[in-house]
Amino acid sequence: MFNNYQEFWNLLPMIIIGAGIIISLIIEMYSKKSEVILPWFSILLFLAAGLHALFYIGDISIVLQNMLATGGNVNIFHAIFTLGAAVVTLLSIDYLKKYGIYFREYYIILQTSVLGMMLMAAAKDILVIFLGLELMSISFYILAGMNRKRLNANEASLKYFLLGAFATGFIVYGIALIYGAAHTTSIDFITSDFNLLSGNLLFVAGVLLFLIGFSFKIAAFPFHMWVPDVYEGAPTSVAALFSTGGKAAAFSAIIATLFALFNNGGQGNFFTPFLAVISVLSMFYGSIVAIAQDNIKRMLAYSSISHAGYLIIGLAAGNYDAVAGVIFYLAAYTFMNLGAFGMVALIEGKDETNLSINSYSGLGSKKPLLAALLALLMFSLAGIPPFAGFFGKYYIFIAAIKANLTWLAILGVISSAISVYFYIRIVVLMYFKTSDTEIGFEESNNYMLAIILSVLIVVLMGVFPGSFIDLVTKFI
Amino acid sequence: MENSLLLTYLILTPFIGSFLILFFKKGQEHLIRYTALAISTIAFIISVIIYFQFDSANAGFQFIDKFHWIKGLNIHYHVGIDGMSLLLVLLTTFLTPLTLVSSWSSIESKVKEFTFFFLMLEVGMLGVFISLDLFLFYVFWEAMLIPMYFIIGIWGGKERIYAAVKFFIYTMFGSLLMLVALIWLAVYAIGPLGYFTTNLIELYAVSPQIPIDIQTWMFIAFAFSFAIKVPVFPLHTWLPDAHVQAPTAGSVILAGVLLKMGTYGLLRFNLPLFPEVSVAAAPYISILAIIGIIYGALVSMVQTDIKKLVAYSSVSHLGFVVLGIFAMTQESIQGAIIQMVNHGLSTGALFLLVGIIYERTHTREISDYGGIAKLVPVFAFALMFASLSSVGLPGLNGFIGEFLILLGSFKSPVLGSWWFTVFAASGVIFAAVYLLWMYQRVVYGEVTNPKLNGLKDMNNREIFVLFPIFIFIVWIGIYPSTFLKVSDKSTAKVVKQMYNPEKINPVQMGLIQSTK
Repeated sequence: MFNNYQEFWNLLPMIIIGAGIIISLIIEMYSKKSEVILPWFSILLFLAAGLHALFYIGDISIVLQNMLATGGNVNIFHAIFTLGAAVVTLLSIDYLKKYGIYFREYYIILQTSVLGMMLMAAAKDILVIFLGLELMSISFYILAGMNRKRLNANEASLKYFLLGAFATGFIVYGIALIYGAAHTTSIDFITSDFNLLSGNLLFVAGVLLFLIGFSFKIAAFPFHMWVPDVYEGAPTSVAALFSTGGKAAAFSAIIATLFALFNNGGQGNFFTPFLAVISVLSMFYGSIVAIAQDNIKRMLAYSSISHAGYLIIGLAAGNYDAVAGVIFYLAAYTFMNLGAFGMVALIEGKDETNLSINSYSGLGSKKPLLAALLALLMFSLAGIPPFAGFFGKYYIFIAAIKANLTWLAILGVISSAISVYFYIRIVVLMYFKTSDTEIGFEESNNYMLAIILSVLIVVLMGVFPGSFIDLVTKFI
Repeated sequence: MENSLLLTYLILTPFIGSFLILFFKKGQEHLIRYTALAISTIAFIISVIIYFQFDSANAGFQFIDKFHWIKGLNIHYHVGIDGMSLLLVLLTTFLTPLTLVSSWSSIESKVKEFTFFFLMLEVGMLGVFISLDLFLFYVFWEAMLIPMYFIIGIWGGKERIYAAVKFFIYTMFGSLLMLVALIWLAVYAIGPLGYFTTNLIELYAVSPQIPIDIQTWMFIAFAFSFAIKVPVFPLHTWLPDAHVQAPTAGSVILAGVLLKMGTYGLLRFNLPLFPEVSVAAAPYISILAIIGIIYGALVSMVQTDIKKLVAYSSVSHLGFVVLGIFAMTQESIQGAIIQMVNHGLSTGALFLLVGIIYERTHTREISDYGGIAKLVPVFAFALMFASLSSVGLPGLNGFIGEFLILLGSFKSPVLGSWWFTVFAASGVIFAAVYLLWMYQRVVYGEVTNPKLNGLKDMNNREIFVLFPIFIFIVWIGIYPSTFLKVSDKSTAKVVKQMYNPEKINPVQMGLIQSTK
């Protein structure tokens, strides 16, 4: 299976998670304390895999008969997934307790979904992408309905499953057409023949279908219908994973597959018009509809749609800066959103109370630290310097302008200006309004650790983005 | 010019200080106030040291400190000042401690948070004036919004939320367009330079080579963002809300320093980066400036609220500054710079005085006052002094700035018509009308409002706050060279970049020869 020890070593992050899943299954079967052991065991796995990926980022190789790549950006994505998942696990511990929905498979399915994401990012073959995608998606369908007794959660799960299966259909069909045109599923072969293939209508249709399928996964307009309902119905900790890891994984697959498109002189690419239209629609739809939301989870869902729009600006630009910018943005977005969802999970009361944004009134004087952290996350999501969200946007706009898409960048900033309104509304409520009603929730160290870690990363990535950028640009 | 760490120390002082403030506990309000005063005074002392070490014969940037911040995108931490920014840095560090002291009685809740935001605001303002890297500039420019937003939103008046959100979104919208223009400029500069950079000094050299129609768009984006901040008519609607709703300390800094960031931006970026477009746009922007002068004055005249009156007077005064900048003669630009400082001092003083009386009576309606000269003579004198300075009485600071601007615009080769001066000059008369009329209604006459009986005069702390401001008002009025000589060479350089003297008749630079 492995040609040598080095291949094994390079693949270790995925092997750690894969072996971890099996060990977790055994723990789940034989231990009575699995509720205590499993989460910390998963965190350990995620940290080990993530740190391995970061430390051995230079070990670039293609392994397992041209199926998987390791090193470079693949490892950065692996680090984003695993460290993000570690934060999600940390959030889940008390969240599951609060709702009394600890079912033993939760953490194991979390691990399988992360393994799926890692496969997608590492794929060198379209079929591996599909394998990873399905592993991730099916895990997600189950996770969405984890709160079995609630109608909402069942609805979310079913809706996600049906629309997700529909999207998968597009992707499979796209893959079939691509295979039909290119006679191969190897991404490298497709890339080298790209100029030849781009004249082939079958191939173009295949790639378009593939992109449409992934537009579902990254929550881009007009393929976003599932997003608000699923985010609202799914447990908050799970929604945090959907909006960060899930989105980042889908983007990693798009970047991996369509790298050819990024390789033709930095002047945009074949699919630029399609991507640009999706991007503009997503940004504006997300920003405008979010203003009307009263439920913070739905607001974050629409915000996630509009962030997908900014990320697609990068895809439309299609140059090297865009790849680096999208990866930076995804990393920044992952931790901003994890922090924000973490805060929602913490403040949310049992039986889904405290989800209206008005519950945040007066938080500034009641819980100064929490309010300050949330305010910071909101400023970062709105793209205000010196936080990570701003820098991500800056990078993506550079890419867009270099690709002669200045108009897209201008629309991007207009949409950002609109989105400022609903982000700072939370700040307004927390600091400028007072409320007499107590919001009852229990702070716990797990939540605080998760949130503070996310905020720390957001601030560090905003103030010192240099080292992360060096890491990203080195391997493009 | 050799490198210097002074500017870095200057900006680090309030930055570290603001975090120091966070370590204090509740109930230590006094300690917090004195610590903040000490911190901002240290910053002022550093800026005074910079003033004395400043070489006014040098037109370039001095006290440069530069190192890589984000290597991947060639972004530097790059600071430095020239004659134009030095005065504004001094104004900022001068007003901050005084404003902090003025807030001792008016800000009673959440003193710690207020002080934290206030020092952060100082960091942002100083950063804007000393940045020589467009990215760094943008970060400070935007980051500064956050503390101001909180200051208006938490400690402001009744309509504070509306005002804070309006302020935030208005400014954010403008600056985001500037962000696009900034990147566009840097991307265009890759052609001649061969690499991506946001270094302002390098961009100065290459930006005139950009095709003129693209320069025009960039000019518009930059100018739009700065015009919102100034604010230039018709983008001024956020200003009355923000000024009136902000707490006194917020209004003073807003009027005293924040608005200057807009005019400073026009002078630092628009003119030297896009000289041809600036010359072409000068008449149009000057028309807007003059509309602002007259409109601001007329609207001030009919205000019944003293604070609103002062707020609208800013629109009028800043119109002069914009006119001075776009008249593009050395006198007018010198006048614009000195007028920025003047406006900071006199309008700052007016806001402080309005705050002082409001704390006692809790009303700002002019009709609630009348005859307070007998009750509070010191206050009445101070108000008279500040009003006259704002009106532009010869011998006080306002006169110098307005005179230079009017003189410069009269012989401006780019405006090409003395009508600009005629209309602008009418603003001076209107200023006298609305300020002196307000003064008469507030201070003179009989006391009609029984609630005013027992009104206490200014205490020592309040006198202590205003006294230094008055010293500078007189100083600039009587001997402006102390300040004019600093910016002389830098403005001469800007003017020289703007137009080819051989094409247009060279302007006689008679009035302000530098004190060599």
